[in-house]
Amino acid sequence: MSYTDTTINQSHISQLPRLNRRQITVLVMAIAAALLLGVVIGGFLLSNEKLMTNFEERSLSPSIEHPFGTDWLGRDMFARSLKGLTVSLGVGMLASTVSVFFALTLGLAAATMGRTVDGAVTWLVDIFLGLPHIVVLILIAFAMGGGTRGVIIAVAITHWPSLARVIRAEVLQLRTSEYVQLSRRLGRSRWWIATRHLLPHLVPQLLVGLVLLFPHAILHEAAITFLGFGLSPHQPAVGVILSESMRHLSTGQWWLALFPGLSLLVMVRAFDALGDNLRLLIDPHTAQE
Amino acid sequence: MPLEARGIGFRYESGQWVLRGVDIKLEPGEIVGLTGPSGLGKTTLARILAGYERPLEGNVELDGNPLPATGYNPVQLVFQHPEKAVNPRWRMCDILTEGWEPNDDLLTSLSIEKGWFSRWPNELSGGELQRFCLARALGPQTRYLIADEITAMLDAITQAQIWHVVLDLVHKRNLGVLVISHDGPLLKRLCNRVTELKSEMG
Repeated sequence: MSYTDTTINQSHISQLPRLNRRQITVLVMAIAAALLLGVVIGGFLLSNEKLMTNFEERSLSPSIEHPFGTDWLGRDMFARSLKGLTVSLGVGMLASTVSVFFALTLGLAAATMGRTVDGAVTWLVDIFLGLPHIVVLILIAFAMGGGTRGVIIAVAITHWPSLARVIRAEVLQLRTSEYVQLSRRLGRSRWWIATRHLLPHLVPQLLVGLVLLFPHAILHEAAITFLGFGLSPHQPAVGVILSESMRHLSTGQWWLALFPGLSLLVMVRAFDALGDNLRLLIDPHTAQE
Repeated sequence: MPLEARGIGFRYESGQWVLRGVDIKLEPGEIVGLTGPSGLGKTTLARILAGYERPLEGNVELDGNPLPATGYNPVQLVFQHPEKAVNPRWRMCDILTEGWEPNDDLLTSLSIEKGWFSRWPNELSGGELQRFCLARALGPQTRYLIADEITAMLDAITQAQIWHVVLDLVHKRNLGVLVISHDGPLLKRLCNRVTELKSEMG
């Protein structure tokens, strides 16, 4: 599966006469899954040889042999982009999973542990949403000493607030619902109610939250890496590739930045669209559109 | 062994008083009607009697003790809107058995069909759901039933069926029932006495 294929598929969507939400979601899901599989399998099959420098093939423009061209050290940009995306995917997935876990814990705590905890969590959410994202990311990544660990922690710490807010609201509403209050009067314990009544309602929210956080996490990972506070330069991450290629743009080597950037964009868009469609499909108000 | 509320006062947040100085008493085996204009706090009083809300003034006592905070509550409330009183993501059999396992006699007398057990709440009508809610509230430990407009949305035949089941339990188990309704003739038929909630202003 190459990226050109999927771009054709996506332009195809807009030409087709009105698909319903379910069909669009399935289509987007297929595209996202194909991309994911393509990148993971491609990155796995990729031999290290491909990433090696080859001074006989320096700065070649895109061709059949090198679809994304080669850089100033003769490395194949397609192989580097693929490797970079696998790194991004790994970091993004880990960071967004940790983020969802934060969101669940804090959202639940805010909704169930009384006014003081609620106030504290809401205050934290407001602060994180109010501060410019990228500045906080850089500060945390920097404080953690940079590198993969720093990036994951930074992205995980900054991406939970919006989901935590959703979960808090959902739990607050559930807690006042008649069937949850009635469950107490039927002699059920708080823990039983939490696992049997509350959690099943939260699972869809968590899934959507995870899918929506994932592209954000990838994008922010690339952003801080691009700015030089993220992954170390010897890793072929997309952010690293982009920042390196900045120096060579003026010499007319446009392919160095264009293709890795585009592939990142396509990946992020696919998952963003998937998350949005899932969210709309799960919400009964918009599911029938 | 009465259920007794004395000097109940209640308001939401710091708004107007919804209830002030309300006394109500229910004896076992007694059916009491509660009526009054809309918005005067009948449902709020029902929630207080069943332990859903804590009154700001006064207290609710069962046999001279406060209502238990945990465990099966001997005062069970059946809500006006059954579709809101069931978890939409649970199947009917899970909803029915949340508090106890109703026996076949009760299910038959309420015309609850076994075929409904595997359905979701949105696949049943309001009347069918309400019968499940009533069965769920009539566990062996239930001694008082607060029925908040439980038959307002039902046709006459289903209404009659439901009240027959309740009346039967009143005789068999000495159940005390508070019937909240706007339906005057219904209250007259069912109740030993009817209390009217009146506005403080009027």
